[in-house]
Amino acid sequence: MPDTTTVIVGAGHCGLAMSHCLAVRSIDHIVLERGQVANSWRTQRWDSLRLLTPNWMTRLPGYAYRGADPDGYLSARQVTAMLADYAAASAAPVLTGVTVTSVRAAAGGYIVQTDQGSWRAPTVVLACGAAALPAVPALARLVPDGITSVTAAGYRNPGELPEGGVLVVGASASGIQLAGELARSGRPVTLAVGEHVRMPRTYRGRDILWWLDASGVLDQRYDEVNDLARARNVPSMQLVGSPGRTVDLNALSSAGVRLAGRLAGIADGVAQFSGSLPNVCALADLKLGRLLNTIDAWAGAAGERFAPTIVRSAPLGLDLRSGEISTIVWAMGYRPDLSWLDVPVLDRKGRVVHDGGVTARPGLYLIGMPFLRRRKSSLIDGAAGDAAELTGHLAGHLDALAGRRERSAS
Amino acid sequence: MTATEIPVDNGVNVEALLGVRGALAGTPEIAQFQWRSTVSWVNGTHSRSDVETFHGFGGEQQHHTTFSYDIDHPLQFAAQDNGVTPVEYVLVALGGCLTAGVAAVAQQRSIQLRSVRASVSAEMDLHGILGADPDVRNGFSGVAVSYQIDADATPEEIKALVAQSQKRSAVYDILTNPTSVTVDVS
Repeated sequence: MPDTTTVIVGAGHCGLAMSHCLAVRSIDHIVLERGQVANSWRTQRWDSLRLLTPNWMTRLPGYAYRGADPDGYLSARQVTAMLADYAAASAAPVLTGVTVTSVRAAAGGYIVQTDQGSWRAPTVVLACGAAALPAVPALARLVPDGITSVTAAGYRNPGELPEGGVLVVGASASGIQLAGELARSGRPVTLAVGEHVRMPRTYRGRDILWWLDASGVLDQRYDEVNDLARARNVPSMQLVGSPGRTVDLNALSSAGVRLAGRLAGIADGVAQFSGSLPNVCALADLKLGRLLNTIDAWAGAAGERFAPTIVRSAPLGLDLRSGEISTIVWAMGYRPDLSWLDVPVLDRKGRVVHDGGVTARPGLYLIGMPFLRRRKSSLIDGAAGDAAELTGHLAGHLDALAGRRERSAS
Repeated sequence: MTATEIPVDNGVNVEALLGVRGALAGTPEIAQFQWRSTVSWVNGTHSRSDVETFHGFGGEQQHHTTFSYDIDHPLQFAAQDNGVTPVEYVLVALGGCLTAGVAAVAQQRSIQLRSVRASVSAEMDLHGILGADPDVRNGFSGVAVSYQIDADATPEEIKALVAQSQKRSAVYDILTNPTSVTVDVS
């Protein structure tokens, strides 16, 4: 069984950032990747998708965007190419096409079993992503026959969907982008809206991400927030990677998208929407107001304010058998796939319990989760800080192991 | 601020509530509650409902006394008006739940309340319950709650209190989302 010091599971931006940081410290490691580098960027992105963050924010350890369009947004294909170049430039020891089938504790660390052999290592980093599997609610099984169901991960473009109306479920970044795109394609679109994070693309003449970055909002640490569980569950921002274009609910309404409340049930083929739409919109408007106040307090003076979200009479029911809807797009977020993890670090809901990426099992680390160590942990730009700090912790753990061996040898 | 600052007190023991939330992490099963009431027909549209026990925190619990409620319909419905109508109890429940939430959230956010008043109203079309028009539902076509709150807070903070209270309200959730209901006869 080959040995290494660290096995990184996943060669996305977090796994590669971790690899870079370990290499800087000369910590021997391998990166196991089920597909190719940036696999989910190759296989789980719709055609028009671009990063929500501007190019100048595309930073990784030892890498910064040097292209001609710092204020643009990378397409999924460009992200794939960027990560492949990054892996090559940092000579990351990536083994592609290797699927991990189990990670379990063993003497001296962990045994990582794959479809192509096993590795033994004192440390393992889970970098397989927070977005491995699209979240689909249990009520999806109640959707009547004859309706096409597609997730945001499986969707590619409007042309692939059957003719007719579309119900988009979820109003975070994926849902609002797909609702807008499908409406522009001429389809009647209903958007089921739960709690969401309203965000203008630009504020006071700059990209909103510039303000969040410069004012330090994105640098807020996980041990500084009042309610970390809540902070880690905040949905993605209602943004699209398109210069100057805000896609909030008012913009979608103007584009002809019909807003409904959260999809709360399906009974006898009728989709039931929550009556809470006015309140989730009020919550999002108030939260945006507080964020802009925070930015203004940092920048001085006051910027513009955005019109409240307009909620006209929203439908409470929609008969899915009437023929009005031919497709449902599930855009309710994603979840990790750690079904192969045989180390008892999961809570009752199957989530890894961790302290800023450090699990309770010595030598087992997690990276790439929302608000792992900072608000920006869910962004590409968050990987550098998280990887550097986790590498520091991991190196300390290795030193402690080495010290213990020396003491027992003397 | 000066040393004479008075601590915020809305009469809500937020520490106890947060303590419960903390305890749930280790014993999630104590969060499983059952609420109960019994009802007995008196005469006509008059019935009486009692509320005494509930289950939760891992065991049987009870109120310090049995609470009794008369339910009836007004004279205009050719009834005796021995109590408020069932639909009015729904308004009572919603107003009570949201207002308790406002107080709790205000306490948590260190906002001193001076007065909280709300009017709760619901629109209903009698064609539904009278079976006179199958296109009209029995229940409310809409519910409106309007708060007047005097507190040591900005208007935006007060709006945020009311929004957060809705977000965490059981009765608001019960009214805005479908709930499975089974009724049997033994």
